[in-house]
Amino acid sequence: MKVTGKAVKFGDNIDTDVILPGKYLVLIDPNDLAKHAMEGLDPAFPEKAAQGVIVVGGKNFGCGSSREQAPIALKYAGVRCILAESFARIFFRNAINIGLPVIECKGISAAVDSGDEVAVDFEAGKVQNVTKGTSLQAPKLPPFIVEILADGGLIENLRKRLNKK
Amino acid sequence: MNITEKILAKGSGKTSVSPGEIVDSDVDMVMVHDLTGPLAVEAFKRIGVEKVWDNQKAVVILDHQVPAESVKAAELHKMMRQFAKEQGIRIYDVGKGGICHQVMPEKGHVLPGTVIVGADSHTCTYGAFGAFATGIGSTEAAAVLATGKIWLKVPSAVKVNVEGKFKKYTAPKDLILHVIGKLGAGGAIYKSVEFRGPTIRDMSIAGRMTLCNMTVEMGAKNGIVEPDETTRKFLEGRTTKMLPPFESLISDPDAAYEKTVNSDVTDLGSQVACPAQVDNVKPASELSNVPLDQAFIGSCTNGRIEDLRVAAEILKGKQVKDGVRTLVIPASQEVYRQALNEGLMEIFTDAGALVCGSTCGPCLGGHIGLLAPGETCVSTSNRNFIGRMGSTQANVYLASPATVAASAVTGHITDPNELEAHKA
Repeated sequence: MKVTGKAVKFGDNIDTDVILPGKYLVLIDPNDLAKHAMEGLDPAFPEKAAQGVIVVGGKNFGCGSSREQAPIALKYAGVRCILAESFARIFFRNAINIGLPVIECKGISAAVDSGDEVAVDFEAGKVQNVTKGTSLQAPKLPPFIVEILADGGLIENLRKRLNKK
Repeated sequence: MNITEKILAKGSGKTSVSPGEIVDSDVDMVMVHDLTGPLAVEAFKRIGVEKVWDNQKAVVILDHQVPAESVKAAELHKMMRQFAKEQGIRIYDVGKGGICHQVMPEKGHVLPGTVIVGADSHTCTYGAFGAFATGIGSTEAAAVLATGKIWLKVPSAVKVNVEGKFKKYTAPKDLILHVIGKLGAGGAIYKSVEFRGPTIRDMSIAGRMTLCNMTVEMGAKNGIVEPDETTRKFLEGRTTKMLPPFESLISDPDAAYEKTVNSDVTDLGSQVACPAQVDNVKPASELSNVPLDQAFIGSCTNGRIEDLRVAAEILKGKQVKDGVRTLVIPASQEVYRQALNEGLMEIFTDAGALVCGSTCGPCLGGHIGLLAPGETCVSTSNRNFIGRMGSTQANVYLASPATVAASAVTGHITDPNELEAHKA
């Protein structure tokens, strides 16, 4: 599994209230949620992300609430993958469960600037900054997580597993 | 093993587990609410199984947007009522429960030694009863509803050792804000935080809940306190289930901890988390130049009877400052009833505070008491992120019930111990 895209960079402790403010949690349609992605920090984000981007975060990305609407909003706004120094654990699981790849990658904040072209290979854990000609090795995701992502999310993965039984 | 490892070993049918190990654990209880439940129901329907794995082990609580503040919220509530009915799942509807993290233990759904997951990040609150409890998302909750299982990475643990006696108006909330300030917003990421020591043994269930509740604000997977007689007393009459022997839930003397934090609360003063991160903690006494527009006493962190009692003690016979709208929201219907019996509602009302029905309300900026641009609120809740309580240009300060009550009286952030001194 590989993705490429232009990087949009954020800092440390990006919380789910800025990723998707609480007042939008009554929205159910993912495309409605996408219109408000990152509204707390950058209301123009959905426009920037529409072409397909890779979000680069610092430490503790996605901290705060368990709202799955946060990764859903990012995914449907056009985010193909999130790379961060570290993730808040519920956000990390939620992203994988909805089929949005997330990789913990030490040194990513310093290695990438907004606008850089980035290529990610999940199975190999390889992150390339195509613009700068540099690369980073992230820890590989466990095979069962790669499988969930390859299936498109936890529900699809579970359907497959339950059907096999 | 420590208590968290013991619970996860039992949950996954192993004799022992160690940090970093991924286990497939049985789930003893799963909870969803009105904002995470609807997505879970949609995901559950996509899995293709008819019935939840065990309808006695699932609970639905309507608490975030209650009573429905919009047609959209009303539709979500309707959807959850229907799902609960179809599946025979216990639902706590408007007027029957309150905030999920208060209702779960009050109604006997939280037992020591169990594995509990909830589609809400503050599910970690139940660690106060010696349960392993952690927050999950909606899709994961759907998978648990279908299978009764969840994969979990066994966390490494941080031990927080607490000794000393609190000063009159210093509380567990001040302690947890102090610890978060010390460890940082990502200071316990993926980890278990275990509270130990004489101060914890002497602490009420309400205080332990406040501590465990906010462990997620430093990234923790769970917060936990070993169960004891205080736990047993709280649970009496709330559950008919057999409790496990508490000796099996005591951390071994040689249990491994990645880190130990020692804290003495003897000289701890009132603490405040300043905008817009929970680890931006300062003493209340240094913030007296912060004028307020709103004060909020409530939430799953500090909406319990003990919290309302201390707020009422400070507000009794006083008036909240003009221009500081003060909201008091009991954490549950049970707390509401108790506060009514004790005459606290009269004190709040006479002081010019507004008492609302139990809901998460302003804590997450869903409804009731949202902030306009440029406004400032001091709140007993758990998050002060940008836009958390309304406008992205509003400021939220987090503090104890005593600090919020004292601040409501003066109109600016006030150390409650200094308010008393001022009066004398």
